[in-house]
Amino acid sequence: MMLLPLLLFSLQGPVLLWGGDAEGGAPFVEADPADASRVRGFDVEVAETIARGLGRRARFVQVQWSSIDQSVERGDFAIGMSGMEDTPARRARHAVTVPYFEFREVLAVRPQDAGRWRRLRDLKGRRVATLGATMAYDLLLAAKDSFGVIPVSYDDDVHPYSDLIAGRVDAVLLDHIIAKRRSSPRFVIQPEAVATGYYVGVLARADSTLRDSVDAVLIAAMGDGALEQIYRRWDVWDPGQGELFSRITGGGAARGVMGGQAVSVGAYLPSLARAAAITLLLSFLSMGIAVVVGLVLATARVYGSAPVRILATIYVEVVRGTPLLLQLFVIYYGLAGVVRLPAFLAAILALAFNYAAYEAEIYRGALEAVAPAQLEAARTLGFSEGQILRLIRGPQAFRYALAPMTNDFVALLKDSSLVSVITVVELTKQTAIYATNVGSWIVPGLLCAAVYLAMSLPLARLARRFERRWSVV
Amino acid sequence: MTGLLQIEALGVRRGERDVLRRLSLAVQRGEIVALMGASGVGKTTALRAVAALQAFDAGRIEVDGFALAPGPLPRQSQLGPLRRRVGLVFQAHALFEHVSARDNVTLALRHVLGKTDAEARGVADRLLGSLEVGTRADALPRQLSGGEAQRVAIARALALDPPLLLLDEPTAALDPERRESLGRVLRSLVKDGSRGLLVATHDEAFARAHTDRVVKL
Repeated sequence: MMLLPLLLFSLQGPVLLWGGDAEGGAPFVEADPADASRVRGFDVEVAETIARGLGRRARFVQVQWSSIDQSVERGDFAIGMSGMEDTPARRARHAVTVPYFEFREVLAVRPQDAGRWRRLRDLKGRRVATLGATMAYDLLLAAKDSFGVIPVSYDDDVHPYSDLIAGRVDAVLLDHIIAKRRSSPRFVIQPEAVATGYYVGVLARADSTLRDSVDAVLIAAMGDGALEQIYRRWDVWDPGQGELFSRITGGGAARGVMGGQAVSVGAYLPSLARAAAITLLLSFLSMGIAVVVGLVLATARVYGSAPVRILATIYVEVVRGTPLLLQLFVIYYGLAGVVRLPAFLAAILALAFNYAAYEAEIYRGALEAVAPAQLEAARTLGFSEGQILRLIRGPQAFRYALAPMTNDFVALLKDSSLVSVITVVELTKQTAIYATNVGSWIVPGLLCAAVYLAMSLPLARLARRFERRWSVV
Repeated sequence: MTGLLQIEALGVRRGERDVLRRLSLAVQRGEIVALMGASGVGKTTALRAVAALQAFDAGRIEVDGFALAPGPLPRQSQLGPLRRRVGLVFQAHALFEHVSARDNVTLALRHVLGKTDAEARGVADRLLGSLEVGTRADALPRQLSGGEAQRVAIARALALDPPLLLLDEPTAALDPERRESLGRVLRSLVKDGSRGLLVATHDEAFARAHTDRVVKL
């Protein structure tokens, strides 16, 4: 990997590696419909302008949006640009360019609500969606305390709007250019901005010299109209940008940077504790259902008629053979046209039905591991087959199943982190938000690992105690 | 037909091989009959056929008026009357591993005969006591010695008070002293004349000392 920039330099002249997330889409960065190996967008063109100004060729590096800060410090690329918001935390931890775009946080609501929900303070007790780990999310967290709104965090900026239309949330707070891109007659964008912010380029803290050069290029591009041309091409130009350019080229700073107050560990502990409780609740409820459904499936596979056995086998193989992530999407978004499940319920059901397939296989194996002589002894005593299952085979199989069941529960505890893709903020998601805000994974990661261990180790110990107590041999 | 157990020309095939061929024997109430033969001659198969755990291909079995015919095994739900007539003590005992010695006996009393917990416990403690393992009633099967486990298995097989008791190689894991003791136990089970025993064994000395008749396979 280290040789790649050198190789590119030797073949094509010097290269400026820049990182962004094409999943974020237009108008920032998106795959070029004409050539999917290339990207386009106003951030792409700004990056190319910077590279040209530095006498280099721009080369795009795909990186998950929430990881751009960490990646740039790792040296994966020189500058991160993909709608990166200007926050105090980011300025404290990285070398940040001058702001090159001004955005407004705007509320979107369904047309029938446009008259009553104009500002955050109107949304007491209402669910307001946004992208997690953003300035808008911080605004919603603040509004939760001051106005009683309920923040709902998403991993992408598409589903907040589709869920607004579907009625799962009552409003969406996001950057005006995102709202404009998603615009639909089925929601309206409130004209009054909730707040204003700026996009910046993010460089490694040690790269302040390069940052200064980038700033010079950006200021020149603001002055000679190059940026305005780009913004007009992408239909994101507005008078606010002109005012921003004037302030920057005139030597002024952008108006106060908002959100992302300096954060301490203590400030995040209550939210981590809440998220851990959600993880536990989610895991226990899912496992409870998984055990019941797994028992039914295993019984069907061992005792059922041929068609029942085939159906149970198909269920187990289909569920085990497809990703849990896909199942989450199907249950939450795919079924939305038929049944609009709340996110927490969808998360429980997806985890439960997924793990039921694994539980079923554990129970089937355990049932088949009970010695045939035990069943024959029971038959000679006149027990019915149902009684044999309930009184003899089931209890003995349970002891065989206990250890793998515990393993599965610990795995489920960790897999529950996947449900953040359908807006449930559990422990890992909360940690990611925390990490993004403080710009480091070290403390949040250690805290998160400690909480997971604190939840899973007692389970393993409990299982060992049960195994000793109910040992077969 | 007369007698407690009547087996006539019993035949069991496994593929092309005869596992049992034209076995005939009878057991009367009050007697102990030994079914003798070397390992692999079909003694266990014969007991399993009488207990309806094994289908047979030819002949006829009748236990105290309940007849079994060649062909597939009847469903468990159709075998209630036979289960009340036949108890089987497995060679390896096959005690229910997850419950105590007492509950090995009480389970069938409670769930098959519908006795109350107290009634079942009374019967179990009396049976275990009469077989000299009353002090081990609370032990799990894995905590019992081979001899104790066998007596608990006999007590369990007697729980439904069947007139016919089948024992598969009961002396296989016993030392000479225990064999004598077992012989006395078996004799006590038939002394009131209400019960008959069929004992599959390859132990000729035991058979001659403790059974009334020997049928050789």
